[in-house]
This record gives sequence, structure tokens and C-alpha cells, in this order.
Amino acid sequence: MANLDIKLKVDASGLSCPLPILKATQGIKTVESGQLIEVLATDPGSVKDFDAWSKATGNAMVEQDAADGKFRFVLRRK
Amino acid sequence: MTAAAAADKPKKLVIICYSGELEKTWATMILASTAGAMDMETTVFVTFWGLQTFVKDKKRITGENWMQKMMSFMQRPGASHRPLSKMNFMGMGPWMMFKLAKKYNVAKPKDLLEMAQAVGVTFLPCQMTMDMFGLKREDLIDGMGEPVGAATALQLMTEADSTLFI
Repeated sequence: MANLDIKLKVDASGLSCPLPILKATQGIKTVESGQLIEVLATDPGSVKDFDAWSKATGNAMVEQDAADGKFRFVLRRK
Repeated sequence: MTAAAAADKPKKLVIICYSGELEKTWATMILASTAGAMDMETTVFVTFWGLQTFVKDKKRITGENWMQKMMSFMQRPGASHRPLSKMNFMGMGPWMMFKLAKKYNVAKPKDLLEMAQAVGVTFLPCQMTMDMFGLKREDLIDGMGEPVGAATALQLMTEADSTLFI
């Protein structure tokens, strides 16, 4: 895993749709353009949802992985 | 217009919030808040039974004449007091739904409504519905737009990328 400079961590574990997306939106608005946030989620639907959200908003998906039912997304603010 | 410029233009979503039942209110609030989070220009035109959801939770009786007052007494207004269209069981149904929502970390319509407002979703009340039910601006929650009519709703709908009637 690359050594990423993550400005903010958003833990949306246990939360159901659409809360992981809403928490990520609240979070990413607190960092500057170009900075990274990391989102943790357990909602299996969040994999496709974060992909759609990233495409719609232009906040790029920098890294994405899954292990033991936990999903991790690293997003760069547009 | 280049593809990149087209992609930069924000998508527009219009939701006609017509129904006042809990499950439909939930759908409206989930989609409106998520659309706002996806940077879509989102407008919710709130009409008929839908307007009951946007009356302040604490407000018990609304209206000016006895018919309007009786209507509000019969169907408690507010985002936290929506009945289910089936299995309402005098409020037992919604109570169980909220228990389940809490257990599975599902946000309630009222919370989603606040989040939708925070991400810039516009809620426009229908003037005609307000008049017919005797609702005043101060009966409605804070942050709603100016009351408008069918022509404004139709203009928004024709300009939108997607329109929903819920």
C-alpha cells in the first residue's frame, strides 16, 4: 500500500445506505481540493455506490480495497 | 459542446413529493439527500399530502377553519409522524419501523431531510396546497423556498435530467 497523505478518516462502518455517501460528502467538504480522505464502510452496496458517487462528483477514487466484509475507499477532492 | 464540458454540467433532478406516507417519504428523503451529495441540482416540489411532512414536528393543529383543523388533528403533521400506507396499526407499524431502522443504522426521514438541506437541496412548497390546508409559512420547517405553483414545477421538470413523482 502506497504511503498516502490522508487528511481525514471517515468511519461509516455499520451504517446503511445512503449514510456512508452522506458522511463522505460531509467529510470531503472539510478538506482542500486535491487532498485525500479515507472512508471505511461495511455496507456491501457501498462498493458500487462510491464508484457512482466518484464519477458523478469528480472526486477521484485513488484506492479501494476490501477485507473481511470491510470496505475502504480513498478519495481525492476535486 | 465537448464531452468533458457536458460532464461538468451538473445533472438536475426534480422530485415531486406528493405522498405523505412514511415509506414514500423515506424514498424521497434518501434520493434527495443522495442526489445533493452527488452534486446534482436537486429540487423537491412539495405538494398535497407531501406538505404534511414539512410541517414542524411540534405543530399539532394547523389550519384556519374547523375543517382544516380537523384534517390536521386526524393526520398528525411533521416528518417524525408519518403513517405507513399498510400495516400502520394505529402507529405501531411506524414505531416498529423506527426500531428496525435504529437496529440497522438506517437514517430516519427527518435526519435525511436535514442532511438534504445541508447539501443544498431546494424544497419548494405548493402555494395551492398551503391555501387549501390553511398552512402558513411559519407552520413549515425552516429553510424552505418560496411557495410556487404547477407552472414552476412543470418548468423545472422539463429542464431536469430526471423527474420522479413520489
